Amino acid sequence: MASDDAVASAEVRAEVGALPDIGRREAGGWKVPVLAALAVAALPALISPYAQDVVIRIAIYAIFALSLELIVGATGLVSLGHAAFLGIGAYVTVLASGDSGASLLVLVPLAIGAAAAYALVVGALSLRTRGVYFIMVTLAFAQMAYFVFHDTKLGGGSDGIFLDVKPTLQLAGRTLVDLADHAHLYYAVVIALVATYGLIALLLASRFGHALAGIRVNEQRMRAAGFSTTPYKLAAFVIAGALAGLAGLLIAVKDGTVNPELLAWHESGAVLLMLIFGGIGSLRGAVIGAVAFTLLKELAQSEALLGPLAPHWQLTLGLAIIAFVAALPRGLIGLGARLRSAFARPEVAAHG
Amino acid sequence: MAESSSSIAIAAERGVPLLQAIGLGRRFRGLAAVDQVSLDLHVGEIHAVIGTNGAGKSTLINLLSGELEPSAGSVRFAGHDVTRWPQPRRARAGLGRSYQRTTIFAEFSVLENCRLAAQASEPRPWHVWQRAARDADGLATARQVLAAAGLDGEAGRIAATLSHGAKRQLEIAMCLATAPRALLLDEPLAGMGAEETGRMLALLAALKPTHAILLVEHDMDAVFQVADRITVMVDGQVIASDTPERIRNDRAVQVAYLGDGAPTLAADAAALTPEGARPGLGRPSAQPGQHE
Amino acid sequence: MDLATFLVQCLNAVQYGLLLFLVASGLTLIFGIMGVINLAHGSFYMLGAYLAFALAPWFGDWFFTRLAVGIALAVVFGYLLEWAFFSFLYERDHLQQVLLTYALILVFEELRSLLVGNDVHGVAAPEWLAGSFRLGGLMSYPWYRVFASVACLVVALALYGVVNRTRLGMMIRAGASNRDMVRGLGVDIRRLYRIVFAGGVALAALAGMIAAPLSSVYPGMGGSVLIICFVVVVIGGIGSITGALVASLLVGFVDTFGKVFFAEWSGVSVYVLMAIVLVWRPEGLMKRGF
Repeated sequence: MASDDAVASAEVRAEVGALPDIGRREAGGWKVPVLAALAVAALPALISPYAQDVVIRIAIYAIFALSLELIVGATGLVSLGHAAFLGIGAYVTVLASGDSGASLLVLVPLAIGAAAAYALVVGALSLRTRGVYFIMVTLAFAQMAYFVFHDTKLGGGSDGIFLDVKPTLQLAGRTLVDLADHAHLYYAVVIALVATYGLIALLLASRFGHALAGIRVNEQRMRAAGFSTTPYKLAAFVIAGALAGLAGLLIAVKDGTVNPELLAWHESGAVLLMLIFGGIGSLRGAVIGAVAFTLLKELAQSEALLGPLAPHWQLTLGLAIIAFVAALPRGLIGLGARLRSAFARPEVAAHG
Repeated sequence: MAESSSSIAIAAERGVPLLQAIGLGRRFRGLAAVDQVSLDLHVGEIHAVIGTNGAGKSTLINLLSGELEPSAGSVRFAGHDVTRWPQPRRARAGLGRSYQRTTIFAEFSVLENCRLAAQASEPRPWHVWQRAARDADGLATARQVLAAAGLDGEAGRIAATLSHGAKRQLEIAMCLATAPRALLLDEPLAGMGAEETGRMLALLAALKPTHAILLVEHDMDAVFQVADRITVMVDGQVIASDTPERIRNDRAVQVAYLGDGAPTLAADAAALTPEGARPGLGRPSAQPGQHE
Repeated sequence: MDLATFLVQCLNAVQYGLLLFLVASGLTLIFGIMGVINLAHGSFYMLGAYLAFALAPWFGDWFFTRLAVGIALAVVFGYLLEWAFFSFLYERDHLQQVLLTYALILVFEELRSLLVGNDVHGVAAPEWLAGSFRLGGLMSYPWYRVFASVACLVVALALYGVVNRTRLGMMIRAGASNRDMVRGLGVDIRRLYRIVFAGGVALAALAGMIAAPLSSVYPGMGGSVLIICFVVVVIGGIGSITGALVASLLVGFVDTFGKVFFAEWSGVSVYVLMAIVLVWRPEGLMKRGF
């Protein structure tokens, strides 16, 4: 009887795919993310500066993807306008840096705060709708922000603005961190990624996080139990926006420039794709998805591999996405779970 | 919360109804789903609402729970006018409900289902640092209600793998996890076998002294067994509201269920079974292998 | 602003709104009846515009023939696309639909790039519609714009007629409110969906063909019209043709006059309108229905 239950549970687990940690742990618990972080931190000793750049870029997008995971994967709200918060964080960073640069102590709260403020407004209005309406409204609000930076004098128009001096962190007259230094930037990004991952993991394990999961699974029951669900959703939306703003700051620093395309809906679509590649409902999935998507895009654009098809990488990418989503709706993590349970079952039967 | 518990206590003492529907009405594009319905619910009583399909019973429950706004009339709970209160607020004040279609968290464990439901009533349900797994109060409440509902052995199971009857029990357990004083139960016995029905009725009887229970049901035998008061609805209106014996003999009710040619005396409760409801249970014999 | 300018802007607003309506009606129908959110809908508009460009040298001045051929091609294309791709989307959740149709946009954009390149093209209005007429002595208004408005109005009336007066329309309306019921009544739901989808594609493509001489033909045109159509559907309510019409005209006016009054901030005026509607009536101006 007991082994039947275990089998049944394993079946359900494989069925529903990876889930946030609600009484279940992902394989390996804390060890895997920590080891991965250490490995990434050790990489600069082993790889070229160009490769490090790729790692930085992937890490920043991983932060972006993790922030979206909080609302899509954990709370079940599909937002198609998340790039707006990335873009706002980036633009605020560049605008506040001006001609002579600024301190991280100023820029980080500013970028995060600006993104969070817009998320508050967008969230409050969008959460008055549900389902498909919500998707469309979030897209529209992102487009609105896009037009603000594209058309008005706030941004530099369609060309964007340059970041003249990268941010620094100075205490008692000494420069502790200078993001113009490649090594400093690398470690700053890794630390930001670890902090974001840790924060979201903590949030999801908390009462607040479990409430979000409850809202995702059955909002009606949550309300019947006494949860006013809208403030929870709004809080998740704002936190997600704030973290996206942090990613925006980092991308502005890394690229040294911002332009309105950061807020384009292609960017919002891309980060959603990262989530589905990795597997919705898993923090590791968000990171894996960011890696997978970035690499896939690089591959599709690689002349070395695809020759004449390379300039038409959108076609390759589009077809790859269709194939992937159709074949692996639970993403790479789901594939991993399916393989694991396929190996686990004979084990259980042996015990029974 | 403290204020409403004392109001509830006062209500219990004075015999003042804990929950009241006063002239409730709800229209959907010209069609009156519920019309001029008034109803009292007291602590220590089980009040059943019966009626043919489409009589407006579910709409009534939705109006009482706060999921639907009435077109007319008001709802009073523990001395407050809660007509404009959204459902979560009413739930926190002590008005719980269960659903006709099982509304549980299928992906979570049985224990987590109840713990999460209990979390809403805790002082800081939104806490971002406290780990849910260490929620001692919530876990204790969860185990309590699971025991009351007869599910203590299943705490670790994923809810989706439960049998239908067990899911209905979980539904009730989650309703209890919020420590409600008034319970709105929408067909809690639906799809249950004989043994589970008996267990559920025993649970309701145990809850009765300290709670006010409104029961919408089709299982006539069960209704006549446990209800202290029965309200009959037809086409959105109340046609009778009285003790079970008087309802059994009520001419208007018989006509509503059986048509104009009904006998004037109907001693058998089974005769009042509306179309589509299950045959009566609670009598010995019947089908031994009947589960869900 | 003098009267002539005001009138011109009003006419522009109506023309833009009606054109939007054609695209948005297809989107809202496809969503209302099949429950599919389709990001690639803007691509059908682009398809129509590029069709107008591609067919122009073949049909010269035979304008209506060109339109008819374009519509026919669009219908065939829509039919095939539904059969090969979209029919698999009905069972999937919104997120997957979003991503799959987004991938479709990428594919369409690239196919267009391969077939006709990335240049911006102009399409000439037919000879007999070229030129303008005088308005108020000082302003002149192009005949083609008048034609565009009239054509869209005719299509709108035809759409209204089909939806409200024919058996097909009845099935469409029934399907919008209760999919399973319609299936249970023995209606071939697959064929119904295919027809509705092809119709939606044709409407968007027609709008593109009509718009081609007005806004020229350029790569990003699908994306911009799509998002505005989303705003229209949000304001008007999903599944509601009347709502789409009212909302399209509203958006047309706000956008046109926004450009006049707000200069560089005009791009946000439509979204501000959407925000206002969300505050006041989140479920859309019209309740679900036709």
